[in-house]
Amino acid sequence: MSRQETPPKWLDRLLSWYCRPDLLEDLQGDLHEYYHRNLSRGRFRANFIYLIDVLKFFRPYTIRRNQTLHSFNPFFMLGNYFKTSVRSLARNKVFSAINIVGLAISMSVGILMITYINELLSFDKFHQNGNRIYRILTTYKGITNDESVDLASTSIFIGRRLQEDYTGIEQLTILRRNFSADLKTGSKIMSAEGLWASENFFDVFDFELVAGNPATVLHDPKSIVITESLSKKLFKEGEPIGRTIELVGQERYGFQSGTITGVVKDPPASSHMQFEMLGSLSTLEHYAAGQEGESFLTSYNSVWMNYVYVLLPENQRVDVIKKHLDQIAAEEGEKYDRFFISYELQNLLEIVPGRDLSNQIGPTVRWNMIYLLVGLTLIVILSACFNYTNLSIARSLRRAKEVGIRKVVGAGRAHILTQFVFEAILVAVVALMMGYGLFLLIKQEFIYLFFQNQEITLDFQWIHLIYFMAFALVIGVAAGILPSAFLSGLKALKVLKDPGSMKLFGGMSLRRMLIVFQFTLSIGFIIGATISYKQYQFAVNFDLGFETKNILNVELQGNDANILMSEFLKIPEVEGISMSGMLPATGEVWGDEAKYKDPMDSVSIHVNYVSKDYLGLHQFEFLAGGTFPYDLKKDEDTKFTIINERLMRRFGMESPQEALGEVLTVDGSKKVQIVGVVKDFQHQRITEGHEPFAFLQGYEDYQVLNLKVASGDMVGFMTKLEAVWKAVDAVHPFRAEFYDDKIQKAYTQYQTYFKVIGFLAFLAISIAALGLLGMAIFTTETRMKEISIRKVLGATEKHLIYILSRGFVVMLVVASLIAVPTTYLLFEHMVLNDLANRIVVGPLELLSGVAVIFAVSMLTIGWQTARAARTNPAEMLRDE
Amino acid sequence: MKGTNLGEFEEVVLLTIASLMDEAYSVNIVDEIEKVTGRATKLGVVHAVLKRLEDKGYISSELGEPTKERGGRRKRFFKISHSGKVSLLKAREQRDQLWNTIPDVVFEGLI
Repeated sequence: MSRQETPPKWLDRLLSWYCRPDLLEDLQGDLHEYYHRNLSRGRFRANFIYLIDVLKFFRPYTIRRNQTLHSFNPFFMLGNYFKTSVRSLARNKVFSAINIVGLAISMSVGILMITYINELLSFDKFHQNGNRIYRILTTYKGITNDESVDLASTSIFIGRRLQEDYTGIEQLTILRRNFSADLKTGSKIMSAEGLWASENFFDVFDFELVAGNPATVLHDPKSIVITESLSKKLFKEGEPIGRTIELVGQERYGFQSGTITGVVKDPPASSHMQFEMLGSLSTLEHYAAGQEGESFLTSYNSVWMNYVYVLLPENQRVDVIKKHLDQIAAEEGEKYDRFFISYELQNLLEIVPGRDLSNQIGPTVRWNMIYLLVGLTLIVILSACFNYTNLSIARSLRRAKEVGIRKVVGAGRAHILTQFVFEAILVAVVALMMGYGLFLLIKQEFIYLFFQNQEITLDFQWIHLIYFMAFALVIGVAAGILPSAFLSGLKALKVLKDPGSMKLFGGMSLRRMLIVFQFTLSIGFIIGATISYKQYQFAVNFDLGFETKNILNVELQGNDANILMSEFLKIPEVEGISMSGMLPATGEVWGDEAKYKDPMDSVSIHVNYVSKDYLGLHQFEFLAGGTFPYDLKKDEDTKFTIINERLMRRFGMESPQEALGEVLTVDGSKKVQIVGVVKDFQHQRITEGHEPFAFLQGYEDYQVLNLKVASGDMVGFMTKLEAVWKAVDAVHPFRAEFYDDKIQKAYTQYQTYFKVIGFLAFLAISIAALGLLGMAIFTTETRMKEISIRKVLGATEKHLIYILSRGFVVMLVVASLIAVPTTYLLFEHMVLNDLANRIVVGPLELLSGVAVIFAVSMLTIGWQTARAARTNPAEMLRDE
Repeated sequence: MKGTNLGEFEEVVLLTIASLMDEAYSVNIVDEIEKVTGRATKLGVVHAVLKRLEDKGYISSELGEPTKERGGRRKRFFKISHSGKVSLLKAREQRDQLWNTIPDVVFEGLI
């Protein structure tokens, strides 16, 4: 009977689940009283009313507050956490040092990345209308090419066309690169580099004019705007504006003298375009107008040297102008059938960092590169966080009692979690400060190593402080969350009553995984660095098919080759001299087209213009014939050629002997007779294969003197050369470089790879070694008693070391088994596979990483285990 | 606190507690209000008002003895506090004042 009189249990449970405990008893009582009254109207009905009531009392004031949320005041205990954290750090000096140093090393790289990316993102921000300025990009595809090229450059044509007939833009300016010249005022000569710019340059951009009228400075032909620093160099005193200045280097446009019309502040380092002076574009257009027919300057397909920037009106959408450009491209495209051109727009702020484009106006950084760098940095940082995680979990026994007491006194799980995360953040902040110190130490080195060609300063900005603090916070949480979760999960009663029952090696498999990860990373990085280094060495020492040793290349810089040659020959150390246009195998390529008997069959060839002695001096191997019969005079055209095997075969000539005396057509209509055939040689970088190649003669095309030098006193010799140079050319500094050095420079890319990966490898190893050291110390410490007993029972030192190191060796082997094949496949199929000449990745390269890591780890572990094994067992066991 | 003024229903509940003296617990209060005013009253409404009055300090409560029909649960008895009494008096005074300002002619023929 009494059972029947109570309402359903589950409803009672529901009520007590949500209701505040202090309200629950009498509320439930009330409801039961009503239930009893309602029983007279039938049990079912009473149950139903009870259900409605229970649901109806689910109200804001009756709901149970979340206990943890309610009592969780994160600031309340901070003082105490700080104190215990500092004490705990001070108590375990070795472990704190390992943690902090490891984090600091990785964080210095993180700081570098933050500073670098922040600097990149601030590029061109000084232009007030930056978000409305767009650059016109060109996609060019010739009919003979399979692939189109995306260019940052475009044609002067499209710029002027938009200015004439399109109203949807506010301002537009056209730039052209390669305005370099020697400026002469009085007795002073200064070489300077800059850009050609059209009249609206200062309407689009916010470069600040110090003197001159922005509306007119670049209007008239032969106007020059110079930067403040150039102005200071040229004119010590007096007003630069209005002065006439002589120019050497732009004679082909009839630009021998110009007028200074303005002085502009030096472009900031954060500008994607850098210049010392601006020449008025109208100079070139004036020249082009005087030419017969279509000029190479202003034609529709002259898209390689010019840049068009447009300022769109506010609220103007980009696709409107894009549509107009498409229309122009369609209209003009009909007139030409040998190429296709289309246009795109790129916002000024998206240039640095930006997408991959050819013909950039200045150096830029691709997003892909940034992602790669950030990815590698994150991996290194993660590795350092693992150290913290590992050591903290391993040493959690020491903190277990503290956790127990805290829990007994009333700390909830959330409190403990906060405490240990707070401790990790504290460590991260200390590491951050140390990391910043490290960063300052290596900053200049970094800039030198990686950012040589970029305007990167890595200077401090206040905004960095916020980023750095956020960085330390994230690192602290990332490093501390796992050990904190582990520690806060401990049961107070168990820890305090019977600490021995706690699993000492709790989280063992997790820790093993983290260590294996660190080793895999280190091994991978070392292998990567070794392979890049090998490939670099391979490239530099590659047998090119001609001799480059002891050849010093002196840049002519516009001087008369014959005069310099006869002067240089007077120096006894010079064994021979030849002249050449370019330097093969250094990445430089000169192209031309050649025809043989069939006028329709034109072959694109690579060429070099050289003097008679060039081939002998560089010891090219002749298959037939010999070098040119004589050297050309100044205005003489090329009459002879020397070709390589590949070109010979391309034209279907049977043998080198047969090729001699045959006539080719080059450079449009020039007939040249083959006087020699050389064996194929490496004329491009070794990553590319052999192409058809021809040597031609042409006095005007010589750029470099090749001096064969007898070895001896190099410093004295260079001084002599420089003295001779000064006597001939007082303006330009003497520029000479050994051929081998020049070749090395052609492979700086590998060198950079090698340096970056090598540096990361070094970091990864240091961090892994630190972590390993910590683990080794911990393991030997905790197993001290076991070791002592084993020793007493007769174990030898060797045996003890074996027992202690066994676990680590297994992890190393696992890491090697993961790292070696992964790295091998990565390099074999993604990095090296496109290269024409490449090293074969052998066991030596692959095992190098494993060997280094084994050596480092064995040293680390060996040091600790040997120390433990040598301890006198009596000392340890005496107190038992 | 803005709630020094009593709402109409709050006043009714408070008066009921005062009149019930030692017998004022939720179910009793609901029954009494129903009896006096003749309007159907829900426990939920009264419960919320009791909570509010207790927050305002007009009533205090304590738990009594467990009873069988409540499944062994105790009743919560309410008592009017000093400030509760003061606010009741104040409410009455305000009404009296208003009554006094009404000229007799308004209610002529009704009283």
